[in-house]
Amino acid sequence: MDLLEYQGKQLLARHGLTVSPGKAVTTVEDAVSAANEIGYPVVVKAQVLIGGRGKAGGVKLAADEAEAREHAGNILGMDIRGHIVGTLWVEHASEIASEYYASVLLDRSAKQPLLIFSVEGGVEIEQVAKESPEKLVRHHVDALEGLSRKEAVAIATAAGADADVIQGVADALLALYEVWTEEDATLVEINPLIVTPAREVKALDAKVSLDGNALFRHPENQALSDGENEDPIERLAKEQGVQYVKLDGDIGVLGNGAGLVMSTLDVVARAGGAPANFLDAGGGSDAEKIKQAVRLILANDAVKAVLFNIFGGITRCDEVARGLIAAFEEIKPSVPFVVRLDGTNDVEGRKLLQEAALPNVHPARTMNEAAEMVVALAAVQSVGSPG
Amino acid sequence: MAVLVDEHTRLAVAGITGREGSFHTLNNRRYGTTVVGGVTPGKGGQDVEGIPVFDSWAEAVREARPNTAMIFVPPRFAAASILEAAAGGVELLVAITEGIPAHDELRTYNTLKLDHPGTRLIGPNCPGILSPGKANVGIIPASFFKEGNVGVVSRSGTLTYQIGNEIAQAGFGCSSIVGIGGDPVPGSSFVDVLELFQGDDQTELIVLSGEIGGSAEEEAAEYIAEHVTKPVVAYIAGFTAPEGKQMGHAGAIVSGTAGTAIAKAQALEARGVRVGRTPTEVAEIAVEVLGGASAPAR
Repeated sequence: MDLLEYQGKQLLARHGLTVSPGKAVTTVEDAVSAANEIGYPVVVKAQVLIGGRGKAGGVKLAADEAEAREHAGNILGMDIRGHIVGTLWVEHASEIASEYYASVLLDRSAKQPLLIFSVEGGVEIEQVAKESPEKLVRHHVDALEGLSRKEAVAIATAAGADADVIQGVADALLALYEVWTEEDATLVEINPLIVTPAREVKALDAKVSLDGNALFRHPENQALSDGENEDPIERLAKEQGVQYVKLDGDIGVLGNGAGLVMSTLDVVARAGGAPANFLDAGGGSDAEKIKQAVRLILANDAVKAVLFNIFGGITRCDEVARGLIAAFEEIKPSVPFVVRLDGTNDVEGRKLLQEAALPNVHPARTMNEAAEMVVALAAVQSVGSPG
Repeated sequence: MAVLVDEHTRLAVAGITGREGSFHTLNNRRYGTTVVGGVTPGKGGQDVEGIPVFDSWAEAVREARPNTAMIFVPPRFAAASILEAAAGGVELLVAITEGIPAHDELRTYNTLKLDHPGTRLIGPNCPGILSPGKANVGIIPASFFKEGNVGVVSRSGTLTYQIGNEIAQAGFGCSSIVGIGGDPVPGSSFVDVLELFQGDDQTELIVLSGEIGGSAEEEAAEYIAEHVTKPVVAYIAGFTAPEGKQMGHAGAIVSGTAGTAIAKAQALEARGVRVGRTPTEVAEIAVEVLGGASAPAR
């Protein structure tokens, strides 16, 4: 679960990191009154879950009310690489002496938290890693022991932080690590972590990802999930507990198990088709869940044909068949379906489908055959012939 | 021989009294796995179709002497149950539970490594382990696999069934099928299971089924080049996954260049591992390598 900048900053502040006072707003008028309240100069920042906001014109400095109004008006509603700006963060502009970088993430290979710190902040950290890797200090924290002040000071020193802010940087690193562990974060990144002329260490940006599986421990974080920037079908899917990701193509895909569904997308692509979605109905789906899943797939107008690829383990193929039959009764889809059923209760499932004789539903024997059939059917739909 | 589970397995199950737990435990017993007990705090003294239930792992170990633990408890209690089973001295832990917090997995992994180095954890968020004809521990639908000489190790459950089924239809069977799970911090990696298959007499070919995200496949490629003499055929799911989108498994997320399907396939191919582009192609390569002459089912 990715947080917007201002949500991340509020989390950082809760753990003792210094951030600028600011306000999240959704209208130009509120932006202006927030700016007046905070005091100029202010920075008006687009709140979207994508990088490169500055380059896209989504971050602007305003010296007075007129500028605040102008920038807020321009940025609200702006499309930043597919993300429409619905929220602005207005904060007091900071004076900057130095820009550092700090992050904590899970190193899946080492199976330890990895703390990265550099005095070359404010730019893409990947670029620093490539061009001057010696400027990055990478430190594995012992997940059981945690981060000590001694370690934090050593990291700041090794990276070459200014001598007079070593303690301030160490404080920031300790707070950063505390956010990572205590909030069940999978990533906490501050870029830049600035030093002001008054030698204060401060987070000017925040990128925080929280572990959705750990939200039961953090009821106060539950409300942070960002609904407004989400695809409406993806949001609906989340409410129903279905794993759905919208893609750009025209072939709807439903399968059970993330690996099999990803594999199905690949096989469809190899057959020359373009998947419209990833949908993992999960293990042990009953007819009702399958019916809802069909509704989700068809909510995307781009879908011209649908592929069911089921290899039942916990999932029973007869339940899948019942769900599809129920979906046809209620939704009456106008696009063709190709259905491949193997695994638990496959014989019963195929029989149910055969007896139901649903219009424009085609059984397939294998995954490859199913992919080829659905690609051919989608192509026919595209040229406008009746399916 | 097979790996990890066989006729010597003595299984106890945490969460045996739950709906899923009891269903799959009984399925495993029906397959022939020796099930010696279950653990559900507060339900000690009860039984599930004759399988005794204990209040704690300590008691289960003392009374029923399991050598394998299956964890079926809800995510928020799973880490504690894993560590309790390890503290009780159970050597092999198989965690089926999906949705365990990443930080719990991280602490569990490191605690096991530090305090119980002799304990092996498979999963979490995995389908378990099947050694056809010998034992089934987990939720793998055993009827689709035959006994044979192909070892399968996979991050994904249903994809494993797909590949195993293709291999079976090509006339071959499996020594063991090991699902290591798709979570960010799995207890065992591809490398751990490759090592077991390399040392297993019954296994003549290894199928490795990976997916986007992380670097486990790249590490497997390095290990294979240096330590595995048996032929390995690989599959990677997620060639068409868009960058930055999570596809169900916590592990299955692509960001930047590392961790993509193409990078993984190239890493494996550079080490001489053949990579099938579809599950069918994996089975075809496996058949080609093993040859029609090799005895399939035993």
